[in-house]
Amino acid sequence: MTTVSERGGAPVERTELREILLIAADEDVVHVRQLVRKAAVAAKLSLVDQTKLVTAASELARNTLAYGGGGQVTVEVVDDGRRVGVRAEFVDEGPGIPDIGRAMSDGYTTGGGLGLGLGGARRLVDEFELDTKVSLGTRVTVTKWAR
Amino acid sequence: MALNAQTGKTFDALLSANGDRLVDRWTERVAQTLRGRLTETELRRQILELHSALRAAVGEGTFDLPSEGSAELRALLGELSRERARRGFSPSETAISVFALKDALIEVFDFGDGDAEALRELIAFTQVIDQLGLYTFETYARAREELISGQGEQLLELSTPVVKLWAGVVAVPLVGTLDSARAQVVMEKLLQSLVDTESTYAIIDITGVPAVDTQVAQHILKTVVAARLMGAECVISGIRPQIAQTIVALGIEFGDITTKASLADALVHAMRANGVDIVRRTPREES
Repeated sequence: MTTVSERGGAPVERTELREILLIAADEDVVHVRQLVRKAAVAAKLSLVDQTKLVTAASELARNTLAYGGGGQVTVEVVDDGRRVGVRAEFVDEGPGIPDIGRAMSDGYTTGGGLGLGLGGARRLVDEFELDTKVSLGTRVTVTKWAR
Repeated sequence: MALNAQTGKTFDALLSANGDRLVDRWTERVAQTLRGRLTETELRRQILELHSALRAAVGEGTFDLPSEGSAELRALLGELSRERARRGFSPSETAISVFALKDALIEVFDFGDGDAEALRELIAFTQVIDQLGLYTFETYARAREELISGQGEQLLELSTPVVKLWAGVVAVPLVGTLDSARAQVVMEKLLQSLVDTESTYAIIDITGVPAVDTQVAQHILKTVVAARLMGAECVISGIRPQIAQTIVALGIEFGDITTKASLADALVHAMRANGVDIVRRTPREES
């Protein structure tokens, strides 16, 4: 298992707002955006942070669909005792990412896009964690904290 | 599932003996659930038609809904379901039009003396009715899906107007989600209107786009390149602060494409480039 992580250490407490969505078709990307926006508003993220998180979720949801062959996302409002934030976890059972370094680098794409999705999503959030195993699947977890 | 010849005949006999009372009870049952949203006469006419079509279908002896002999019955059920779907009735309210026949049958005829043969027949009849109910349900669902996809297409048309702002300047205000299908429509309409209005400037306003991700950006960039190939310049307007910051973080490069914060700025820019200057008229001083 290869892992890219930029996560702060302290364990977080999960609050009651937690929803799971399936990502199986193009419309679901829209649903993911709406769900993430709802959670971001509930966590009182600023407008800029809301937009950043929603955009990151949009990229990751599309990756789940296009490269992972569909999967699911868990969106929840989390609380680490000092601050409130939104965490979204995208899971698919697709082919996985053979070369994370390349996948994360800007401008590299295997699907005809701009090649900015994964790297861009990482820059848009506070915490970014990527677990992937070739031919088993990929799990991307992102968190954005309210400031 | 099919009825054999003998059961079919019995069913037909059941439907024709006391036919009026059966239709009355049937209509009453359906009317209860629809609560006046369909007139009594209209409902009665539908039930009467169903009743006679059903008799015709089972009267031939063997009954099988997908068969040739039941074509009229299928057509009637289909029409009823589609009509209900269009008028906004729920699936249950649609299916009850058929299932109410069960209640009516049991009320009007006495199956109650524990006769095994009667019970077997009753079960056979209710299975036929279930089959009819399922058929209405399928047609109902299909009609609703057609309705929804039709609305989706209408929305696609509605949501992408190309407006002429000034001689040589057209604008597309984008609202909502820009998926591949809509991006395609936007591009086609924009390019066509460039030709139709002989415009040299196109303004793409993204004020109404809630999030600009790489896919949206890619669609916009492609549209701009296509417009350039036709000799027109594009200006992207309506970039709000949060969108600007997101675009920077994502790393999207708009290159040498002109971007403006508001549609007004973009219009002024395009007019200037076309050689039009806007001058505020000052009131002449009285002397």
